[in-house]
Amino acid sequence: MSDPRHNSTELPSKPPIWNDPKYRALFFQAILIAGLAFFGYTIIQNTLSNMEARGISTGFAFMSEKSGFDILQSLIPFDSDSTYGKTFIVGILNTLLVTGLGIIFATILGFIIGIARLSNNWLISRLAAVYIETFRNIPLLIQLFFWYFVVLKSLPQVRNSISFFDSVFLSNRGLYIPSPIFENGFIYTGIAILAGIIGSLILKKWARKRQEKTGQTFPVFLSSLGLIILLPIIVLFLSGNPLSWEIPKLGRFNIQGGASLIPELFALLLGLSIYTAAFIAEIVRSGITAVSHGQTEAALSVGLTPAQTLRLVVIPQALRVIIPPLTSQYLNLFKNSSLATAIGYPDLVAVFMGTTLNQTGQAVEIIAMTMAVYLTVSLLISMFMNWYNAKMSLVER
Amino acid sequence: MRKSVLLGLATAAIFSSSVQADTLEDVKKAGVLKCGVSTGLGGFSAADDKGNWKGLDVDVCRAVAAAVLGDASKVKYNPLTAKERFTALQSGEIDMLSRNTTWTLTRDASLGLNFAGVNYYDGQGFMVTKALGVDSALKLDGAAVCIQAGTTTELNLADYFKANNMKYKAITFDTSDQTIKGFESGRCDMLTSDQSQLYSLRIKLAKPDSAIVLPEVISKEPLGPVVRQGDDKWFNIVKWSLNAMINAEEMGVTSKNVDEMKTSKDPAIGRLMGGQGEKLGLDDSWSYNIIKQVGNYGESFERNVGTGSPLKISRGLNALWSKGGIMYAPPIR
Repeated sequence: MSDPRHNSTELPSKPPIWNDPKYRALFFQAILIAGLAFFGYTIIQNTLSNMEARGISTGFAFMSEKSGFDILQSLIPFDSDSTYGKTFIVGILNTLLVTGLGIIFATILGFIIGIARLSNNWLISRLAAVYIETFRNIPLLIQLFFWYFVVLKSLPQVRNSISFFDSVFLSNRGLYIPSPIFENGFIYTGIAILAGIIGSLILKKWARKRQEKTGQTFPVFLSSLGLIILLPIIVLFLSGNPLSWEIPKLGRFNIQGGASLIPELFALLLGLSIYTAAFIAEIVRSGITAVSHGQTEAALSVGLTPAQTLRLVVIPQALRVIIPPLTSQYLNLFKNSSLATAIGYPDLVAVFMGTTLNQTGQAVEIIAMTMAVYLTVSLLISMFMNWYNAKMSLVER
Repeated sequence: MRKSVLLGLATAAIFSSSVQADTLEDVKKAGVLKCGVSTGLGGFSAADDKGNWKGLDVDVCRAVAAAVLGDASKVKYNPLTAKERFTALQSGEIDMLSRNTTWTLTRDASLGLNFAGVNYYDGQGFMVTKALGVDSALKLDGAAVCIQAGTTTELNLADYFKANNMKYKAITFDTSDQTIKGFESGRCDMLTSDQSQLYSLRIKLAKPDSAIVLPEVISKEPLGPVVRQGDDKWFNIVKWSLNAMINAEEMGVTSKNVDEMKTSKDPAIGRLMGGQGEKLGLDDSWSYNIIKQVGNYGESFERNVGTGSPLKISRGLNALWSKGGIMYAPPIR
């Protein structure tokens, strides 16, 4: 044993417990935790006793009380007989709806603008630059007001609705489209759609194997499209067309029936997508420029087309740089959706932290619940994106 | 933006100490009364172009300031949306709320608040565009309705349409300004609110004549000042400041003749003018200050919402009980 550290004869005697760095660290950590716990406990106790002293109701009993008001847009059946608890669910669903759609549109738009920004065409790249610099430098709230009033003012009044084939109506009350009514035999079409999706996945695997073996490519995209769309349509007609439509009609004041996209949702989606897309475009640009130019040159020299180079060589590598900052943008979009309350879209903040809070007066509980929802969903988005990032990361073989 | 305000208020509710409140002492010490008002509702509480707050609700704030501090101008106005108002009062951001707020059982019993009387008897009504050609709310089945969030109006509307078996779509906005903008842009067929507010919102339209207020009144909306529960001394002061204004009208004491009335032989007027302040913990000149600086209830009404104002609302229910209305104050004795 030449290593002096292992020389047991010179090992110092064990220090007393209060001088042992290991125990000392544990001791201070315990004090810190106790302090934090005491702090939290004091806040909760103080809040409860304050509210009791002032005669303010506490607790969650209000959740099962009747709400007595209506909500403009709800994904689940809701009316004024429903409970305050249900307003919470309606609010969450409306927030998730606008976030989900917003993320999809912002991503698509962001990728297009980001790639356009790198285009060799002077006009396209300048236009993309102007888009980015304009929309990311104006506060979102102002953009939302702008889009809302653009939507309301530019579309015609309800009585002069623009109608297509008397079944689709567009006015400043929103876009009304026929809503599908599924009848008994529709289950077969549903099965066909599912079969189409599974079939496409199998096809994709098979095509990949074949390409690895023989080098021949197979038009997976087109054939999948056929499987997912054509197959169900054939089944639909074979089973006797068990699908009918509820056509919207112009009533006395409003358009009745059908499904509708309210202008508040439309304006909010427009605002959130356009704003977030400007940031995503810059992230995409940075991701693509991070892929070394040699990769592109190599891809082109083996005979790939520019489109194939982008899709098969550049973007998969760029994604590794893009995904982490993209996650932040998704989180921002989700949190920014709470500005909905400014333009009358019934999201969680407007419905639950707005009307429900005011009717019940239970600010502490309701704000805590709202914050918990935002925290939970944000963490779920992060988790998903981290999983996706791990999946996309460089696999060495 | 709004969220941060609410969060701030909630934090204030959490951290403020639980010592028994003495609002009177606090106001005297600060030398200014913090009064919660609306974000701008003509006739009730609105700032003019010079930033001076005016209105029927503002006059209640001024009356309390005159009674407590001897100067009606020592008020710090805190404009609040319907959503923010109760939290602001509960958390102590303001000393009193005078913001066209409807007195209901739930608010009185579960919010930790006390209503200190009624300064305007109102009822919910509907405003529609003239072009719609509707003369009754019962013909509004299927209409889209613009409405302000966090009000009793939202609940009455749901009740009314349900009771009459009609359908509607409610588009809910944060402030009354956004509500009237939504109405003006044609997003909704009608706007519903307390009738008094409908008149004051109507004059904000580019063409006020293009809208009419329907005759139906679908609810009782007694509006009044609100204080925190658990501070009875302060509750009494706000209550009796309002009562002094109503009593003064009844006795014919105005801001113009109050100095002569000081020597009146009428014992009731004598009690109004002095001798009662100590019981409320105030100077003996409290009621004199109110009448001299703010005026009696009738003066305040005419100046702000009545014939002397653009709103031209008739006294109606708000006339004194002795003149066909229901405005009635307990006697000062």
